[in-house]
Amino acid sequence: MKNKISFILNGEKRQLEVGPQDTLLEVLRTKLGITSPKVGCDRGDCGACTILLNGDTVKSCLILANEIDGQEVTTLEGLMEHGILPIQEKMVEKNSFQCGYCTPGFLVSTHALLKKTPCPTKEEIKEGLAGNLCRCTGYTPIIDAIIDFTKKNS
Amino acid sequence: MTILSEFEYTRPKSLKEALKILAKEKGAIPLSGGTDIVPLLKDGRIVCTTIVDLKNIKRMDEIGLSRDKKYIVIGSLVTFSELIKSKLIQKHFPVLMEMAKTVASVAVRNRATLAGNICSAVPSMDSGSLLMALEANIHVESLKGKRVVSINKWFKAPRKTVLKRGEIVTSISLPLINKNKYAGAYLKLGRYQGEDLAQVSLTILSLPEKSYRIAFGAVSPIPIRASIIEKKFQGKDITEELLQEAKVCLEKIISPISDVRASEEYRMHMAKVMMERGLEVVKKRYHGEGPEYGVTHL
Ligand code: FES
Ligand code: FES
Repeated sequence: MKNKISFILNGEKRQLEVGPQDTLLEVLRTKLGITSPKVGCDRGDCGACTILLNGDTVKSCLILANEIDGQEVTTLEGLMEHGILPIQEKMVEKNSFQCGYCTPGFLVSTHALLKKTPCPTKEEIKEGLAGNLCRCTGYTPIIDAIIDFTKKNS
Repeated sequence: MTILSEFEYTRPKSLKEALKILAKEKGAIPLSGGTDIVPLLKDGRIVCTTIVDLKNIKRMDEIGLSRDKKYIVIGSLVTFSELIKSKLIQKHFPVLMEMAKTVASVAVRNRATLAGNICSAVPSMDSGSLLMALEANIHVESLKGKRVVSINKWFKAPRKTVLKRGEIVTSISLPLINKNKYAGAYLKLGRYQGEDLAQVSLTILSLPEKSYRIAFGAVSPIPIRASIIEKKFQGKDITEELLQEAKVCLEKIISPISDVRASEEYRMHMAKVMMERGLEVVKKRYHGEGPEYGVTHL
């Protein structure tokens, strides 16, 4: 049986019918046209589907769409409402990514990390991004960009 | 991957309502964080008629002191992230925080619950050895009534616990240790630092009068307390000789297996190394020295 859910998506109230089997990731991508969260492993291991639920990072492939009724969902689209983020500029400069498949997940996790810890140590960065996998870069240029970015800010 | 099985989803507003559904419907299963259940649904490894989402049940997401002030009570919707942040946990059971920090990664910890961890009961679970060492009690409720199960009796086999159909874990309580006079250490061995399942996990507590609690995870079908070693150490200074004796003894207590993550021999070897390192850490911490809680010891 389909249920009607209402929730906030990137600052806007949305109402929608979802089935019990629908995951949040599927609904975002196929019903709402929100494609920044990617389908990687689809089982909680890679972080490509990372979004914010009530401000905290979660893996949207591990959540049933029904569970978000009444909650607040923010994706990279929402974070980029006013254009490219300063940290993104730094990542472009540092060539942090190659294929880009992991990038939205990394950006959401980085956003959450910097919100909590504006000047993280290298260890804290690694810990904050431990749930995001990147098969292209070996992580170094991602971590370097964050370190560089926070140095300038402090 | 799409979930192919058919089921309904419901989110009752009270425990009573949830219990009623579970009593009426044999195929109904409770859901808290979903980090384990959702992949299992995708794999078709669990089939159910209804998912009963517990997240609207009031007060099950709280951490508090019991009325008699003898226990810390952790509601079954409390996530690992909430455990890490909790002042109460940091004050009384910093070693629990140390364990919680090793669970998967932030985005999983923001969802996964302690109660869910002991209900899914996979052998590589992170919280098993810790809850054994803290002598936790599991509070269970069904329409027929309530019962309390000691963690010693909780696990039956991989993915099997004594929880029956129709029952819900409402909370986990941890008996406070007299004046917090103890030191603890949690050690988890993964293939690398960051998100990985445990190959071996270990919790050691050092208590007054040279008594110890030692429990292992991921090296036997269910978490296991090393009571024989605890007795060997009781009241004694742990000399090199005694430690060697304990290591030999450990071979009879745990029964690690070989799998994709590690061989049996490696796990056995590391369990011994970890016990030795863990003992060093608790010794220092007991005397107010040693590393702060929440760091890794490997
Ligand atoms: S797609 Fe969700 S964690 Fe990989
Ligand atoms: S840039 Fe290709 S996976 Fe990260």
